[in-house]
Amino acid sequence: MKTQLTLKLNGKTVNWEGDSSRKLLDVLRDDLGQVDVKCGCREGECGACSVLIDGLLVNSCMFAVGAVDGREVTTIEGYRDTDRFRALDKAFADVSAVQCGYCIPGMVLAAEALLAANPRPTDAEVRAAISGNLCRCTGYNAIVEAIVEASEEGEGLW
Amino acid sequence: MHQISQHVMKKDHREKIDGTALYVGDFTQQGALCARLVRSPHAHARIEAIHYPRFPEGYYKVDAADVPGENIVHVVEDDSPVFEADEVMFIGDPVAMIIGPDPALVDQLVAATVIDYRELPAILDIHDSDKVFFDYHYHKGDIDAAFAVADKIYEEDFQTPYQEQAYLETQGVIACFQDGQLTVHGSLQCPYYVQAAVIKACGLSAAQVRIQQDYTGGGFGGKEAFPSFIAAQAAVAAMKMPGKSVRLVFDRREDMEFTSKRHPSCCHYKAAVKDGQVTALDIQVLFNSGAFTTLSPVVLQRGIIAAPGVYNVPNLRVNGQALRTHTVPTGAYRGFGAPQTFFAIERLLDHIAADLGQEPIDFKLAHLVKQGDATSTSGLYHFPVPLPQMVAKVMAASDFRSKRTAWAQPQSGRVRKGIGIALWFHGAGFTGAGERDHIKAVVRLRKLADGSVEVLGSNTDIGQGIKTTFAKIVANELDLPLELVNYHNPDTALVPDSGPTVASRSLMTVGELFRRAAVQLKEQWQDGVEQVVEEHYHEPDFMLPFDLPTFHGDSYPTFAWGVAAVELGFDSLTGQNDILGCWACFDVGTPIDEQIVIGQMEGGVLQGLGYSAMEQMAYDSTGRIRNHSYSDYIIPCAADVPKLDVQLHVEEFPFGPYGAKGAGELPLVGIAPAFIAAAEQALATRGLNHIPLTAEESLAYLSAGQKELAK
Ligand code: FES
Ligand code: FES
Repeated sequence: MKTQLTLKLNGKTVNWEGDSSRKLLDVLRDDLGQVDVKCGCREGECGACSVLIDGLLVNSCMFAVGAVDGREVTTIEGYRDTDRFRALDKAFADVSAVQCGYCIPGMVLAAEALLAANPRPTDAEVRAAISGNLCRCTGYNAIVEAIVEASEEGEGLW
Repeated sequence: MHQISQHVMKKDHREKIDGTALYVGDFTQQGALCARLVRSPHAHARIEAIHYPRFPEGYYKVDAADVPGENIVHVVEDDSPVFEADEVMFIGDPVAMIIGPDPALVDQLVAATVIDYRELPAILDIHDSDKVFFDYHYHKGDIDAAFAVADKIYEEDFQTPYQEQAYLETQGVIACFQDGQLTVHGSLQCPYYVQAAVIKACGLSAAQVRIQQDYTGGGFGGKEAFPSFIAAQAAVAAMKMPGKSVRLVFDRREDMEFTSKRHPSCCHYKAAVKDGQVTALDIQVLFNSGAFTTLSPVVLQRGIIAAPGVYNVPNLRVNGQALRTHTVPTGAYRGFGAPQTFFAIERLLDHIAADLGQEPIDFKLAHLVKQGDATSTSGLYHFPVPLPQMVAKVMAASDFRSKRTAWAQPQSGRVRKGIGIALWFHGAGFTGAGERDHIKAVVRLRKLADGSVEVLGSNTDIGQGIKTTFAKIVANELDLPLELVNYHNPDTALVPDSGPTVASRSLMTVGELFRRAAVQLKEQWQDGVEQVVEEHYHEPDFMLPFDLPTFHGDSYPTFAWGVAAVELGFDSLTGQNDILGCWACFDVGTPIDEQIVIGQMEGGVLQGLGYSAMEQMAYDSTGRIRNHSYSDYIIPCAADVPKLDVQLHVEEFPFGPYGAKGAGELPLVGIAPAFIAAAEQALATRGLNHIPLTAEESLAYLSAGQKELAK
């Protein structure tokens, strides 16, 4: 069914028309050119396609685009100019947490969702929070360490 | 540690974390033709006829009849076709491709393509195989004499399964043919391998074929040979439709089901023991190659060279075979044949030790090779073997002895614990004479007039960090700030062939060539002008030349070493296990960046834990792979493991840059035997000779133990 909807994508208002049952991921990548959102499985298992909807972490491949009408969608592009991103970015760089990079935009948004809810998570809380974001390269140590470091160094940001 | 080991911000950190790095799938469909493969539904059948539907305008089929060159995808041998014409050899074997602008319509046309097949008998089990692709033998000492005088003889069988690389980014390429030039870009490890395959399939010259690597979302071996297949298919389609981009990007299911994975293995080991020492090993190694040869000869060579493990066994007879079955062709995966045989030898020694009433680690330490000893192929361990120190570090970090002793007592609580340890090597660099006879690497440095330096080679950064480490080496030699030295995603039109990104060779072998090139450039340096220097590979003089027919000589210039201990807890009610800890120590020589190396080691260890504990892939009675998504092929997530404890030990290799050796594959290789050794202790059983270990099985052992206890 063709529907018209309006969403806020990375701070900009976007009007979109099409089949409201399409996957948000496909609309973001194929229609709106938002290829900073990665696609690892398209079936809700890997977290590479993570975005924030009104601040909540979702797998955009499991979300019908119709459900974002009137809501705010943030991808890494809409996040990378914030101080919070800079804190995470620095921490990921400090511990060399980025290998192939494919999981990383999603990981960073998962970290944001976690820190927004829990600014000083423990190691175990970080592991639980990113358990929906698969990474095949790193073994997770460095990613967990980076998120903990960002939470400590980014004092007051979250 | 060497000052070069000090970490820097990775060269590609920025674009990967901010989402601007483009992977092949990020070049979206707009304006391109979507390509989808028509695949065989049968494991083995004759193609009688292909009936294509009527194609709307702009939609086309591509099949064997469209191949302008030879209908062959060149890997090592030339037995795989671009598209099957007469006979399909496995479920998923490509027969044709449909291309067109709208993916949904292309899918419909694929579904509407009818192929008449006459089914043929399919061989799925390697024990029934009627074709031995490769059959290698070697021996050393006098095995019959050793068995004749043995005090005791042990005989065991071992099995290991598929392992899927499960890189987060699926396979993909985009091809375009324009003005007589064919360009293919994509997710790949070895641009010049892809170029050779495309040249053959398209009947073009090297000057007409340009291959560019895009940012690549992991490879682990899975993007060594396989991209040659899809590049050839997309290239053939591109030649049919000049001026159009043909986009062949797999979805996850297609990727898991139909791309190459680790060879399943069956190993039979027979050991002679005399006076408490293993004196002889008679070994048979069988690898399931699937329908085609792909990389099996080299995988098998590495597997059988590693067959006696890190132990000095004077008498050896080793036979390895790679066998054909009508299943998906297997290929390269981190470790490349060695995880299979290390699993066998480590388990065997654990069992022999237990039978002799010894603690396995002590028994193993008493058999270790040392510098100056002969290798399995009668070459030499030219350099120090630091395993004793590394074992000591791992045992201290894991509190190994006290845990091992405590859990050897009968356990009765809900959680049953165990700890195990394994030792291994990874032959650093290409096996045998490959580097000298086949690869012949060439590298170049181009210094620009502004004083910046471009580092030019064909190795790809697939996450392992060579953009950073190559640049560090060159910058260090030239005393330049790192910002002035850069390595880009390779493009065969711009870089020389420094060989493939495989065998943990890039940093050790190619990195050393870059270092030497930098020394040359420094000598010739003139301000304000452009200068180019080139370096070529020469085999180091110390090596005893390797002879493949007899498996005699130095199989590798040197070895990287690994030790790991794994601690497990099993829930006696559910059979589920928890990884309580994993401690490892690796010697990869000088780390060119300590954090990059540690990251590689941690990532590899976790893939090893996945291989042991949960990654399960099998085919059904028709030969169809059953596990083809992240929901049924489970790889570890962050919550599945505690913090991994990885240490480095540094034995400098004088022929690697600043003492570096091969690193990438090492960490995965010996994790599985350590894991299973821990499981055997926790489950109070012996003879666990396969992976992965399922909860159902563990539960069966636990309840059997319960009954024992009750008696
Ligand atoms: S692409 Fe959405 S979860 Fe994998
Ligand atoms: S860095 Fe490669 S998947 Fe995470």
